[in-house]
Amino acid sequence: MSAETSMLVDMRGIEKRFGDLVALRGVDLVVRQGEIHALVGENGAGKSTLMNVLYGLYRPDAGSIRIRGREVRIAGPRDAIALGIGMIHQHFMLVPPLTVAENVVLGDERGGPRLDRRAIESRVADLEKRFGIVVEPHARTEDIPLGLQQRVEILKVLYRGSELLIFDEPTAVLTPQEVDELFAIVRTLRDEGKTLILITHKLREVMAVTDNITVLRGGRNAGELVTRNTNPSEIARAMVGRELKELRARATPARAEVTLKVQGLEAKSDRGALALQGVDFDVRSGEILGIAGVGGNGQSELAQAILGLRRPTGGSIQIGGVDISKDDPKRTRARGVAYVPEDRHLEGLVLAFSVADDFILGKQDRAPYARTGVLDPVTILRNGGRLAAEYDVRPPNPKAIVGNLSGGNQQKVVLGRELSERPKLIVVSQPTRGLDIAATEYVHERLLEQRGQGAGILLISSELDEIRALSDRIAVMFEGRIVATLDAASATEERLGLLMAGHGEAAA
Amino acid sequence: MTLDQVIGAGVLAATLRLATPILLAALGGVVSERSGVVNIALEGCMLVGAFFGVVAADRTHSVVLALAVAMGAGGILAAIHAVAAIHLRSDQIVSGMALNILALGLTSYLDYQFYGNTGTPADLAGVPDVSLGPIAAIPFVGDVIGNQNAIVWVALALVVVIQAFLFRTVPGLRLRAVGEHPRAADTVGIAVRPTRYWAVLASGLLAALGGAYLSLSVAHSFTDGMTGGRGFIGLAAMIFGRWTPAGALVASLLFGYGTALSFSLQGASIGSVQVPVQLLSTLPYVLTILAVAGFVGRSRPPAADGLPYETEGHA
Repeated sequence: MSAETSMLVDMRGIEKRFGDLVALRGVDLVVRQGEIHALVGENGAGKSTLMNVLYGLYRPDAGSIRIRGREVRIAGPRDAIALGIGMIHQHFMLVPPLTVAENVVLGDERGGPRLDRRAIESRVADLEKRFGIVVEPHARTEDIPLGLQQRVEILKVLYRGSELLIFDEPTAVLTPQEVDELFAIVRTLRDEGKTLILITHKLREVMAVTDNITVLRGGRNAGELVTRNTNPSEIARAMVGRELKELRARATPARAEVTLKVQGLEAKSDRGALALQGVDFDVRSGEILGIAGVGGNGQSELAQAILGLRRPTGGSIQIGGVDISKDDPKRTRARGVAYVPEDRHLEGLVLAFSVADDFILGKQDRAPYARTGVLDPVTILRNGGRLAAEYDVRPPNPKAIVGNLSGGNQQKVVLGRELSERPKLIVVSQPTRGLDIAATEYVHERLLEQRGQGAGILLISSELDEIRALSDRIAVMFEGRIVATLDAASATEERLGLLMAGHGEAAA
Repeated sequence: MTLDQVIGAGVLAATLRLATPILLAALGGVVSERSGVVNIALEGCMLVGAFFGVVAADRTHSVVLALAVAMGAGGILAAIHAVAAIHLRSDQIVSGMALNILALGLTSYLDYQFYGNTGTPADLAGVPDVSLGPIAAIPFVGDVIGNQNAIVWVALALVVVIQAFLFRTVPGLRLRAVGEHPRAADTVGIAVRPTRYWAVLASGLLAALGGAYLSLSVAHSFTDGMTGGRGFIGLAAMIFGRWTPAGALVASLLFGYGTALSFSLQGASIGSVQVPVQLLSTLPYVLTILAVAGFVGRSRPPAADGLPYETEGHA
């Protein structure tokens, strides 16, 4: 096979502008037939834009695309599909109430206008057999776990005869075991002769499964690497453009006082099911307790119960020895509890407000921000400017509308508001979800700084790497209970993964 | 109060008659909302259907042409809503409400212009009843279904047709996909906006047929605002019926029965207590409020219902 024909994708000098914003400034990408190619970079580096160009969702302003050596124009997803290009979207493009088989064939049902479910299901079953990807064809898509839904996405692409599969951040919603299963599928597909592009910023995954790496930074190429000849820190350097700071080894906290004590806590979910079934743990000052677990095992309800956003149906929550389980959020916060919620758009920020106004949410009724019920705009603005600078919000303009900031800068606004008043306890939920490496690093540093100042931190995260990097102790939640609490040192990924999946250690 | 007043053949026949316009509006609602467009302009579509059906019947003396004109009028009103909701991405409630007001004003104005104070002509061509011959002679059954209007049967047939279309055909599958997750539909090459246009148009035709039924089958005349909120009750029946044609049928029959009961129980008493008819006649409306307030159990609308489809434009 000549070098020319083995080149499946050859994108040259791709440029893409959105108004004033230049997303791609002449990017090259070469992907060879039969390889697993990583496309890595920070948020905003242009990975997704480049792939959307390849998939026909965006038209490039300049540059050329060759597929198997032939120059092509890709005007829409239909063209891409016809060229054998398929995309597995990060937010699954599945219709939840339809069956697995219906989702796979949707838009390309074949056979007459009659919907022949049996024929469709047997066709999908054949496809599954061919690639060794198993999902019940007649299951309703919304009833199956995310890991299986992703397989439906993969089947959809294979059904349309794709030779090149683009995976957009495929592991963002998966458990460690599901990630392993996904990688097994990815390798099988490569062995079947498919070519795969993985968009990701998780370096461990890049190292584990890919053959070659293209790094983007700021809309430009920032490195072409061969996976087996490189290492994570070299990739990270290329992505960020500088050395990453090592998280300092931390001193174990001295025998500090208990900040938060939770005993036998029970609470119901929105649907009325028992989401917390007797949760016990404590957090000491100067300590980070990580709560690991697959999303939906009661973590959200736990955070809400502590904050007073959800009334517990049993058990107690004590801050400094005082039971707060019946307090509303205002009283809870007055005891020195800060909250970085999992969904900053829903719970953390008013997106239509200015940075300065979002900084004083929850404090708007007291001095110095308000006097006798009237807001003091000058003080609010000055406070906003000070915190924006202190927390490195970009742009550092207190009048900027929060909804227009990037995710990382929005999170800095939340941190600035929550951390600036010396909290005793910080409840942090998914603090780096959707953030890139630099913003993640920033959030982690701030949390460690708070820990150093003696705050107790309850860190809820579905990112195992994050939990392991920051926590002093790790508690694993499964089905509304803490199934184990481990010292960070003894918490291997494998052990945590098993606990998270409900395989408790009888002896532990 | 006698048993006959509660489940007699007369009450059941009236139930079918009264359920039909609600059912047609509800079917329109099902088709439109399954594609992701909320169409509260169904009330207006019914009203223009009722009015222009009468006008056409008066001018052409042809029932077929009258029904065609009625449905055309409903289709035009629905098309305006479709442009506003799908193309201009305006608020669908506001657009629908505006069209309802437009329909009310327009029909009232034209009614006065055409027919003044005398009312619509008495000799209108009406939609005929269908006599089922030997079946009509069977006691009870014959009294209930033996002599129903043609549109009643059409409406019942449409329940079957639309149910089969939505759940047993490929275009139906695509329409539901568009209403649940338009982007997913788009990425597999289904044309989201055209699908929605057709669905909204169909909903207008269905509601207008319901309006024409009121004026050409039942009243044989047009009076201002004669639909009396049946389009809205139809939407409640759609919710009650969980966005399925079969469910909408059951709900419409329930609403029709409530109204039929309030007629048949007029002046009736239990023992010495007079049955409060005024209260009974609120039954359909009470049921509507319960339906809309979600007291009928978990009733989930299509996920993208009422949301305009935005194409991915800028990063």
